[in-house]
Amino acid sequence: MDDLYRDVIVEHFKNPGYKGILDPHDISFEDENPLCGDHLRIDLRVDENNKVKEAAFSGHGCAISQASADLLLESIIGKSLDEVKKYTKNDVLELIGIELGPVRLKCALLSLKILKAGVYGLGEASDDLVEEE
Amino acid sequence: MTTDFKPDYSFESIREEFPILKREVHPGVPLTYLDSAATSQKPIHVIEAMDHYYRNTNANIHRGVHMLAEEATFSYEQAREKVARFIGANKPKEVIFTRNTTESINLLAYTLGRSLLKPGDLVVLTEMEHHSNLVPWQMLAQVLNLRLEFIRITDDGMLDLDSYDQLLKQNPKLVSFTQMSNVLGTINPAQEIIKKAKENGAVTIVDGAQSVPHIPVNVKQLGADFMAFSAHKMLGPLGIGVLWGREELLEELPPFLGGGDMIKKVYLRSFTYNDLPHKFEAGTPAVAEAIGFGAAIDYLSSTGMDRIAIHEQNLIKYAIDELQKIDGLHILGPDASLRGGVASFTLDGIHPHDVAQILDGDGIAVRAGHHCAMPLHDRYNIPASTRASFYLYNTINDIDVLIKSLKRVVKIFG
Repeated sequence: MDDLYRDVIVEHFKNPGYKGILDPHDISFEDENPLCGDHLRIDLRVDENNKVKEAAFSGHGCAISQASADLLLESIIGKSLDEVKKYTKNDVLELIGIELGPVRLKCALLSLKILKAGVYGLGEASDDLVEEE
Repeated sequence: MTTDFKPDYSFESIREEFPILKREVHPGVPLTYLDSAATSQKPIHVIEAMDHYYRNTNANIHRGVHMLAEEATFSYEQAREKVARFIGANKPKEVIFTRNTTESINLLAYTLGRSLLKPGDLVVLTEMEHHSNLVPWQMLAQVLNLRLEFIRITDDGMLDLDSYDQLLKQNPKLVSFTQMSNVLGTINPAQEIIKKAKENGAVTIVDGAQSVPHIPVNVKQLGADFMAFSAHKMLGPLGIGVLWGREELLEELPPFLGGGDMIKKVYLRSFTYNDLPHKFEAGTPAVAEAIGFGAAIDYLSSTGMDRIAIHEQNLIKYAIDELQKIDGLHILGPDASLRGGVASFTLDGIHPHDVAQILDGDGIAVRAGHHCAMPLHDRYNIPASTRASFYLYNTINDIDVLIKSLKRVVKIFG
């Protein structure tokens, strides 16, 4: 079980590269995981070609959700919003490189759900967002 | 181990009677079950009673005239008698079987909302309620335009009875509160709260989900009007709970769910409803579960609720002493002497889900999250906590395993 707390997870949790708030920003979205009380906000700045220039997350949550957010944002820098829209559950699982049960999966995917709701300009984040493009 | 602690060895042998406690949760890692406030484990007696019912008796109750139906009805009603005796009720018919505490409170919200409570009335709850004693009243308040007010909690997790006195001056119609907090472990002065409510003409509901399984509870002694609790937290099966109410009050309430068993006569456009307790038990009930519940009560009674309470008091004292020695660990709630066997805590910089996950690696089952008490966590400005909760089958060794694992958590994240 401690496999969950591989160095990469603990390292990104303790020393996140993308933690903070972007103000002003082009895209911002926040939501929570009511199960564990995690709260996450993601801000993005995009360039004239709609490519992600800067990204930041803020809020609080468990190591899995915080590290996933950090890894996810790291991976989308320089990508176009259309590419970000194509991200799914599997992309995040590949990034964090661990197997998760159904409960912790929600923690790992919270950032993706919020990111995609923001990029799509949706009113609210739905679980379907992590399953499909 | 602290020197003044005297282990009660008769409780060690109790573990033998809970089959699940023998299992491993990971290869070579035995189960350390510290989540009884969520649901308790079941002794072999309960499992066998339900197994016996399905192998030998299974039938629908209150209708068939055949032998199986007779036996099933007898056993179901016998379980009701056991519950009534266990909580000191006047009569078995004051015991209504529901699905759980939540359904019992919803039953009350629904029926009191169609009888006692009128628009503008004040309902008093507390800041430490489980969502099950909060949301039903919020839902009713929306349709009936009720006013909800809350007895405050102090920083150390006790009810602020001065704030209660202030609320009583506003003539509440109803006071509904938990006898024991599922997060803080605080055992509230139920008798005093009820006495004051009565002096001010308010009806009282006790949420006994955490108290009835762990401390001796007598409804007459408490002086309550209604009490709700669940079988699964007191060694019984999932899916059956109790609403106890004083007979004259239950008589005044309109029925809840409509259907079979709750009726006397049915016409195309009207019906007359059945006598207590059947008036509130529409549809085929959970018969096997009632029988398992009866077996659980037999088990608790023969062990002795006073002995169980003392055993848990010993465990919680030891647990809190040891938990306090961990750097960065903060315990919610009052001194051990004022609580039942529940210890919720936070660890600086470590999310409860991460704590629980690492503990699980050592076979320890705890609860992480807000434990269905979000407003309580808001009160202390924390998003979530980790909760260890104890029951009669837990031992000092379980707590030592917990402490050792928590030190590992601190090391991983330190």
